[in-house]
Amino acid sequence: MFSKGTKRKFSDGGEEISEEGLVGARVASSYSLQRQSLLDMSLIKLQLCHMLVEPNLCRSVLIANTVRQIQEEMTHDGSWHMVTEAFCNAGQSPSERLVATEVLCRSREQDAEPKVFSVISYEGCREEEVVADETLCSVSVRDTVSNVYLAGRMGQCWEKNELSGIERDEEVLEDSRLGSGEDEEINTEDEASTEGPKTIGQVFGTFEIKNGSPGPDSALEELFSDVDTSYYDLDTMLTGMQSAPKMGPYDLLDSLGPSHGSPSIVSTPNCRSDLNELDHIMEIIVGS
Amino acid sequence: MGEDSESPKINHSFLRDYVTEADVISTVEFNQTGDLLATGDKGGRVVIFQRETESKGECEELGESGEYNVYSTFQSHEPDFDYLKSLEIEEKINKIRWLPHQNAAHFLLSTNDKTIKLWKVSERDKRPEGYNLKDEEGRIKDVSTVTSLRVPVLKPTDLMVEVRPRRIFANGHTYHVNSISVNSDGETYLSADDLRINMWHLDITDRSFNIVDIKPANMEDLTEVITAAEFHPHHCHLFVYSSSKGTLRLCDMRESALCDKHSKIFEEPEDPGNRSFFSEIISSVSDVKFSHSGRYLLTRDYLTVKVWDLNMEKGPVETYQVHEYLRSKLCSLYENDCIFDKFECVWNSNDSVIMTGAYNSFFRMFDRETGRGVTLEAWRESSKPRAVLRTRRVYSGGRRRRGDVGVDSLDFSKKILHMAWHPAENIIAIAATNNLYIFQDRVNAENQ
Repeated sequence: MFSKGTKRKFSDGGEEISEEGLVGARVASSYSLQRQSLLDMSLIKLQLCHMLVEPNLCRSVLIANTVRQIQEEMTHDGSWHMVTEAFCNAGQSPSERLVATEVLCRSREQDAEPKVFSVISYEGCREEEVVADETLCSVSVRDTVSNVYLAGRMGQCWEKNELSGIERDEEVLEDSRLGSGEDEEINTEDEASTEGPKTIGQVFGTFEIKNGSPGPDSALEELFSDVDTSYYDLDTMLTGMQSAPKMGPYDLLDSLGPSHGSPSIVSTPNCRSDLNELDHIMEIIVGS
Repeated sequence: MGEDSESPKINHSFLRDYVTEADVISTVEFNQTGDLLATGDKGGRVVIFQRETESKGECEELGESGEYNVYSTFQSHEPDFDYLKSLEIEEKINKIRWLPHQNAAHFLLSTNDKTIKLWKVSERDKRPEGYNLKDEEGRIKDVSTVTSLRVPVLKPTDLMVEVRPRRIFANGHTYHVNSISVNSDGETYLSADDLRINMWHLDITDRSFNIVDIKPANMEDLTEVITAAEFHPHHCHLFVYSSSKGTLRLCDMRESALCDKHSKIFEEPEDPGNRSFFSEIISSVSDVKFSHSGRYLLTRDYLTVKVWDLNMEKGPVETYQVHEYLRSKLCSLYENDCIFDKFECVWNSNDSVIMTGAYNSFFRMFDRETGRGVTLEAWRESSKPRAVLRTRRVYSGGRRRRGDVGVDSLDFSKKILHMAWHPAENIIAIAATNNLYIFQDRVNAENQ
């Protein structure tokens, strides 16, 4: 018979253990959060290059190496697998694609190698099938995914430096993002296979998990429950979205935005963080 | 040289008051005698200062030493445009290096991201007068007015400094040039960009030899870039280059034409206790300098300066903490890009003291003999001409003294990236954004 206020020996041990376990889990998840936020920050840094002048190669290489390092670590301790699994379960149909252009990663051909996720792009949205329904923009996967491998193509960015590709393409892309009127600059060269440093597939991976999959992984939810969203400015994001031309992903994101309060959207905090991440990326692409 | 015995006096030779981006100084370099000091800025201009010669009677006094005054200013590089890539090429001067002095004129190399230029700086203090066919203003005379012939004579005039481009070494680099280094043979120099190092002959502009190429066949595999390179001060066949992974490679050009294979590689194993996601970034070497003796190498990475012995590859012989208190702030510094700042490092004339910059207008000097370091500040508010520079401290725990600056109140926009040490005396030039500070050590004036 135990009274509520007093601790019992057994439950002491039990409580302590569970507390410790909880603390351990918190520490681990806090580390994962930091790592995740570092990854996001790095990807955005890679994406937001100076458009007029050639970006600093040393800085890009160092950031890319950091991203690789994080991704390798995540692969090793399994968090990457969780992302992937949920991804697979999301059941994307061929129509649910946002296709890569030169900004994106190409998925690797090798079978043994994990596949690369593509990232949202302006041109892809325009010309390819885009997510048409209320499910969220998913990341296109060329083949069945067993593992996600990020940043396999970062080097393409620097390759393009030489071949007058990436920088120009980025600039072109950026132009098209920055000015809704400057559509003429859309680069139809569409080196869909190339161009690395803009990979933010992981962001979309988690995003997909939150919204597309039937049962979001509870561990992941816990992981992202405390994500700091202050990094992203949702307002500018939404403003940008609303002024964008009518397009699949944009409609989608509009409907996803918290201000719309669509009932189909799970508005849990972790979902919001991913939304914010995607919004932020969209903002970059569309140009608020 | 402890914290209190170092007392250089300040000699403000030149301070600019306006803070436009173009005025930010991007490189500082003394010539081999120390009489000339060149600075390059983001606007592509080079300003050369000359040390005033001391008047004879004052040599013995501890008070007077020559001041540096503006000698010449010229526009070295203009903004350019790469039409192939649709990208601008910045006119910012990345590096200036003086050639050894051979005749009356001075020569220097200046480079931006893509093009290296050789400039001739010469004085003219006489001009010919008494031409037969031209009058005083240079107009052609009417021949019929010439009644007698005379020989033109040279008459002294006001001193004029002429700067002319003598060579333009263009199209040698696909990536951004980060270093140039004049060889001890006096005929060649190297230029290094992110992935390649070229060797040029000073007289030949349409050709260069590629001596290092670390560009991978597949650019996806690129994980390391060249960050700095320098020729050995005495051995014309040796040069060193540093990488973003914190390695130094010493190459001997006698071994092969393409020095992709290093003769020696200097690398310190990573400290597992300090490992973080930023370990690689902070290990990236931002500057490498041979000692005057040629025996040692000085490198700067984000948090430390290290002295390496050329005879020992497995690690540095000395390591000095520049601002260890920033180690816990690496994430914020990554976010605001400060972690990518490239600080330079310099030796003093006899390789006993090393110096490097930091934030908050601070710079650090380390005495190799005692192992002690001192923090000084290049900030005009706290210094008057000829005042003694007081040492500063950053408080990061422990007993806080008056005047200590807290880590969180450091101004990361005030970074001391570029600096130079006079080749013979204790005179240092510190570039603080758009200001140039010249400090002289009065205590040990001529012979340190």
